[in-house]
Amino acid sequence: MSQTQTQTLWWASESFWKKMAVWITAGSAVVLIFLTFDTVKQITAGGKRVPAYSVINNRIDYVFDEKRNHQVPVIGPEEPLFGKKLTEEEAMALVSKGKLTTQAKNCMNCHTLLGNGSYYAPDLTKSWLDPTWGTKQLREQQMVDFLMNPQDYLYNSLGRRMPNLGITEEEARATVAFLKWMSSIDTNGFPRNFKPIDQTDPAPDAAPAAPADAAAAPVQQ
Amino acid sequence: MAALGTLSSANLNGGQKLAVKFFTVAIALFGAQVLFGMLAGIQYLKPDFLFGILDFSVNRMLHINALVVWLLFGFIGAVYWILEDESGTPVVGLGLGNLMFWVFTLAVVVVVLVYLLVQTGPGELKSIWLINEGREYIEAPRWADIGIVVCVLIFFYNVAATFMKGRFTGIGGVLVFDLVALAGLYLAGMWYTPNISMDQHWWWWVIHLWVEATWEVLVGCLLAYGLIKTMGVRRKIVETWLYIEVALLFGSGILGLGHHYFWIGTPEYWLAIGGFFSALEPIPLVAMVVHAVFDAGHHKMKSANHPALAWMIAQAFGNFFGAGVWGFMHTLPQINIYTHGTQWTASHGHLAFFGAYATIVIAFIYLAVQKWRGNVWMSGNMAGAWRWKWAMFLLHAGMIGMTMALLIAGYEQSHIERAIGGSTWMAYFEAQAGPWFQQAMTWRMISGWSFAAGFVLLAWDLMTIGKRETRPAQLPAAEAAAA
Repeated sequence: MSQTQTQTLWWASESFWKKMAVWITAGSAVVLIFLTFDTVKQITAGGKRVPAYSVINNRIDYVFDEKRNHQVPVIGPEEPLFGKKLTEEEAMALVSKGKLTTQAKNCMNCHTLLGNGSYYAPDLTKSWLDPTWGTKQLREQQMVDFLMNPQDYLYNSLGRRMPNLGITEEEARATVAFLKWMSSIDTNGFPRNFKPIDQTDPAPDAAPAAPADAAAAPVQQ
Repeated sequence: MAALGTLSSANLNGGQKLAVKFFTVAIALFGAQVLFGMLAGIQYLKPDFLFGILDFSVNRMLHINALVVWLLFGFIGAVYWILEDESGTPVVGLGLGNLMFWVFTLAVVVVVLVYLLVQTGPGELKSIWLINEGREYIEAPRWADIGIVVCVLIFFYNVAATFMKGRFTGIGGVLVFDLVALAGLYLAGMWYTPNISMDQHWWWWVIHLWVEATWEVLVGCLLAYGLIKTMGVRRKIVETWLYIEVALLFGSGILGLGHHYFWIGTPEYWLAIGGFFSALEPIPLVAMVVHAVFDAGHHKMKSANHPALAWMIAQAFGNFFGAGVWGFMHTLPQINIYTHGTQWTASHGHLAFFGAYATIVIAFIYLAVQKWRGNVWMSGNMAGAWRWKWAMFLLHAGMIGMTMALLIAGYEQSHIERAIGGSTWMAYFEAQAGPWFQQAMTWRMISGWSFAAGFVLLAWDLMTIGKRETRPAQLPAAEAAAA
């Protein structure tokens, strides 16, 4: 009896836990690496979850999906950004310029992108679809104007404004392209319960103030 | 030999002489972190404060970058502090280590000056190389990234080669293994892609696998050494615990990475994997509390260095609450879809970084000043002991106050902006303007002042503690001899 008391039990011994530490770490790392191969494949631009950059040639919406029980991005009819249809290469160059602009201007230290970043300014994940921009027709120009002179716009009662970061028109347009592309990423329903801007086209024979527009109006106030 | 109580580098071994340099810069950067955090906090209340001069983005970037770098300096210092003691031999490349210290410090100064004076650049690759990478926590421009990798490689060489030349203790083995991973992971964050999903996927490899895996293990090593030093706990006990911690930390933390892969475009299977494994992450932190508190109780709180022991106990609890409980609260995807990217995260971030990491570095700096002054008495009945106690109290009161305030703000945001408002810009500002949010920001600021006062007192105490002490340190219990 006294002998067993002085001996360390196998499950409390140093050598047992040393082996456990090595095996558990190695096992977890192997699983992670295996999953990483699959994840990287799935998030490469051009796949189902992360669309090709030329998706900016189309309407992008965010619609509730019964089966998945949350909203999903839906790629709609052709609606080229700034009215100009781009090839995949041109679209990628434009989105890349926009992404570089968001990095060089340090957007992430006020805003969140895909929910990551800082919390001093709104999330940009679905900013392309935000009702703040008024109507679909005005949106592109509104976004460019805002990015170039944000200090002139006050979207809140707090007095919180975006500073002028010296964004050129070229950079502003590229940033809009990047934001439009980002809104097409399948984020598993984040942000949940989002209320996107109305992007439906009025019926061909309807007057400009169609019921669909009227219904969307309160959201924009 | 200098008189007891006088700062003298003759009291330190080679690695420790280098360590105190790192500690000095670490404390200065800690001060910078507090300063820029305060400025950013004020801007929540007074948005026009320094608008267009030092915008929130700049202050916030400096706040979190100072955090990362002061902790890194603190860790490197702490490892150099224990290196000769653990390995039983002088540091192999001390000259190289010194050179690395000066290069690293100079690089940090240049990066900070560019952040302050240049701030942003045009939307081109050269901005990322020279000014600012624009990616949270790892904003340092690419040239600095390369410098950091070189510095860390030199550091790694010093640690590994010294242990190889001397003896490999259990702590030494885990440390070397951990540093390989820590240095290697940084490379994952060093390339450009237009694809934001891919960008954030690899970015999390750096951020998560540092703070929720390799940094935690590093802290486990430091805590193990600290418990031996302050209380004379038997090496066999701390090293067994260290292996348990490694198994649990890596077992939960590596796949716990998945809790950052819920909403960035990554596949749906991460919802289950990330939710499950990250929910396990608090378990090793409980183990660490039990370990530290049990040892302290077992030794009847008798220690050679009261402030260091107090900060180590604070680490055990701070890590458990800040990283463990506060992380667990919003780690499941069902909750996280509403809390992701709100002040909830800021609440968790504040308490976790402070509780898990700031505390252990502070504990080591207390160990360092004790020896620096000739291993003076730092147990009961110390002259001016009110300073370390009050510094500790003010820092904790400030941190807990900030954490609670940010948590309330986060709750309000999750509810008003996310659940009800549907996360539009209008909903965002509605939540920001809400009275609960606004009051929380005021309380955060008040707590921030408490924290800043605590920092000043801490810096003062570190410079003066043990100065007039004439008693030699109380030796840890007899067990130490067996260690």
